[in-house]
Amino acid sequence: MFLSSVPEMMEWGLRGASRSRRDALRWRLASLAVFLALWSVAGGLVELTKPFNPLFLPAPWVVIGALLDLARKGQLWVHVAATLERVAVGFSAGAVLALALGLLAGQVRAVRNVVEPVVELLRPIPPLAMLPLFIVWVGIGEGSKVGFITYATFFPMFVTTVHGVAQIDGRLLRAAQSLGARPRHLFFRVILPAALPDVLTGLRLGVALSFFVIVISEFVGAENGLGYLINDGRNFFLVPQMLGAALLLGLLGYAGNGLVRVLERRVLRWQHPR
Amino acid sequence: MSRTRILALVGVLVVWAAVSYGNRMLGVMAPALLPTPGEVATVFAETVRDGSLPRHVATSLARVAVGFGLAAVAALALGLLAAMCVPVRLMVEPIIEFVRPIPPLAFLPMFLVWFGLGEGSKVAFIGYTTFFPMFVAIAAAVLRVDVTLLRAAASLGAGHLDLIRRVILPAALPGIIVALRLGFALALFVIVGAEFMGADAGLGHLIMEGRTFFVPAQIVMGALVLGLLGSIVNALLLATERRLFRWREAGATS
Amino acid sequence: MKIRVRGLSRTFVAQGRETPALLDVDLEVAAHEFVCLLGPSGCGKSTLLNIVAGFLRPTAGEVRVDERPVTGPGADRGVVFQEYVLFPWLTVVGNVEFGLRLKGAPAAERRGIVARYLELVGLAAHAEKYPVQLSGGMKQRVAIARALANSPEIILMDEPFGALDAQTREVLQDELGRIQRVEHKTVLFVTHSIREAVYLADRVIVMTSAPGRIKQVFTIKLPEVRDRFAPEFTHYESEITRVVKEEVAKVHE
Ligand SMILES: Nc1ncnc2c1ncn2[C@@H]1O[C@H](COP(=O)(O)OP(=O)(O)OP(=O)(O)O)[C@@H](O)[C@H]1O
Ligand SMILES: [Mg+2]
Repeated sequence: MFLSSVPEMMEWGLRGASRSRRDALRWRLASLAVFLALWSVAGGLVELTKPFNPLFLPAPWVVIGALLDLARKGQLWVHVAATLERVAVGFSAGAVLALALGLLAGQVRAVRNVVEPVVELLRPIPPLAMLPLFIVWVGIGEGSKVGFITYATFFPMFVTTVHGVAQIDGRLLRAAQSLGARPRHLFFRVILPAALPDVLTGLRLGVALSFFVIVISEFVGAENGLGYLINDGRNFFLVPQMLGAALLLGLLGYAGNGLVRVLERRVLRWQHPR
Repeated sequence: MSRTRILALVGVLVVWAAVSYGNRMLGVMAPALLPTPGEVATVFAETVRDGSLPRHVATSLARVAVGFGLAAVAALALGLLAAMCVPVRLMVEPIIEFVRPIPPLAFLPMFLVWFGLGEGSKVAFIGYTTFFPMFVAIAAAVLRVDVTLLRAAASLGAGHLDLIRRVILPAALPGIIVALRLGFALALFVIVGAEFMGADAGLGHLIMEGRTFFVPAQIVMGALVLGLLGSIVNALLLATERRLFRWREAGATS
Repeated sequence: MKIRVRGLSRTFVAQGRETPALLDVDLEVAAHEFVCLLGPSGCGKSTLLNIVAGFLRPTAGEVRVDERPVTGPGADRGVVFQEYVLFPWLTVVGNVEFGLRLKGAPAAERRGIVARYLELVGLAAHAEKYPVQLSGGMKQRVAIARALANSPEIILMDEPFGALDAQTREVLQDELGRIQRVEHKTVLFVTHSIREAVYLADRVIVMTSAPGRIKQVFTIKLPEVRDRFAPEFTHYESEITRVVKEEVAKVHE
């Protein structure tokens, strides 16, 4: 039986014995190698035996070839830059709005009572449903794409920020006050640092969501961007280009997540001191 | 609904009405762009009367139900397996980490190419999208099961199957239900996108039609119906959860 | 001998480094005997108990119960944990009858046994509550009832009263003493409280600082029902305190 045995469960629970770093890395590389190998074999077999049009399932090297091709023609960078710019601008605007309003609502009861129910009312509407409205309002240009990202990312970042402020232990504030902290001090030295873990979680959600929704707005109307590249690939049946662009999007999202992680590790060192 | 909820609802309606009717009188932007509550209500009434709204809702819900259902079964089976079998977990984890950052919608056109424009592509896409987060959350919920609970049960005579059936499953159940709830919300999120592209029915299609024929009131109506559906399903699941997991609430009365 | 521990060692590997937690421990517990383990924090008391319970495997040596080697946990050894490990999704009754259900005991029999042990720990009025609705002391009473209801001959307890306040702690010590006079289990009991050990134990075993070995054994020759203020009691207390202090001091060197 290859399920965890009872003695293993007794000693370590379901997680299994803790593994050394090198061992973990070895498993990781092996796993990815198997994945790529399976994909390659499948792609190669389809190429050889042609049970259906090989275009449907291109092998990894075909996908990478398509990306290199685009890069050689100098197009790839244009698309990547377009997507990145939209995400950067839209996300930043969303973050500024959400943090400002969230920190305010977290502290001022009156603001919270007004804003929070409204947010709770709008939040269940899947943001994608609002995309056509943005297009109708702002036109198909940059404005609607950026504005839509701002709209979509605002909600999770606002909610986590409010939560971050609301969960602060009141005793912490009282302790600071009894040490002579003024309201300004309270905000910068207690509230902000104490809310930061939640705020950063919100930022991470926001980054992921930005990449999530930019794709569809670039499907619906754009002349460039990775989403455009994917949809264009569909119109002309260029599956390698579609897969390549999707992989690139994943890479960008991964990098964005990594950036917030690095930020987290720097400003939240007190959570995991070494 | 709490009183603040109702107040918020009324407040939003009043502000919306004031802005849209005010715009109509002052002519700040084209009246069609900013539909009034009245217009949205009219579109709603019309589409209900001619039966198109119920049809769209049913279509979307059917796609979500099938796609989400298949993904949930797969995520449950594989999530439990991955959590209880260390080699499987070590093999699968990096692949998931590799695929997960790719925004699922980036694969939507691929599904249209692979499965055609019919129901297959939408169902498969919903399944694909919701599988990964549910799988990850379910495996994590199982892994969180405290080793001391396993030890306590074993020292009362529990064998391998007892441990799975009487400890691991009940202990992980709350986390599993949360995973399913998130998966369902995600399904409603992405079905709209799937129906934007090459569908001839469904709420997403209805909304896109509003854009194509320039009827903003129809877009707003579609969005509100979606929000309502999501809220209802969420409330139902939460209520079930609360009944199922009375043991987690400190104030529970027996 | 009910429990026989011979040449027991256990080494942990964490981040590629090996730390010995137990070194060559020999220990015997007779049937119906109540043995307390004392020793500085980190000396391996829990490790020893967990090996006897079958949760951990020894690096060297072996544990025998009724002369049969221990290979894993089993219903013959009930365990009470420090952190009140109750199944939170089961009521008090559900927790107490957990082991009986595993054995397939019929409902009527279960009901009788559960009622008896809930009565014994004074929780009959809380039978239908969930663990979140109980105080720490009540939870630990349920855990004790759960272990007893399964009628094991051995009970292993790892600082069962460690997380309780001083008053509740003494009440539960009294209860445990009373229960033991009825049930006559073989008990291995880990504690940090010397008073608790002298109050409950037939024998007190003091362990050395890590890696743990047996340092000294005290046989407590006091009447079954003990008076915490009797001169003999305080005599044992100060004697053991002296020995434990030597070891605790070594940890801080
Ligand atoms: N799972 C583990 N992995 C690595 N080291 C461990 C593990 N469990 C225990 N140890 C180490 O073994 C030694 C003994 O631990 P143990 O828990 O048995 O001590 P203890 O006597 O019960 O202490 P306390 O009185 O504080 O409960 C300690 O140094 C501890 O750090
Ligand atoms: Mg211990």
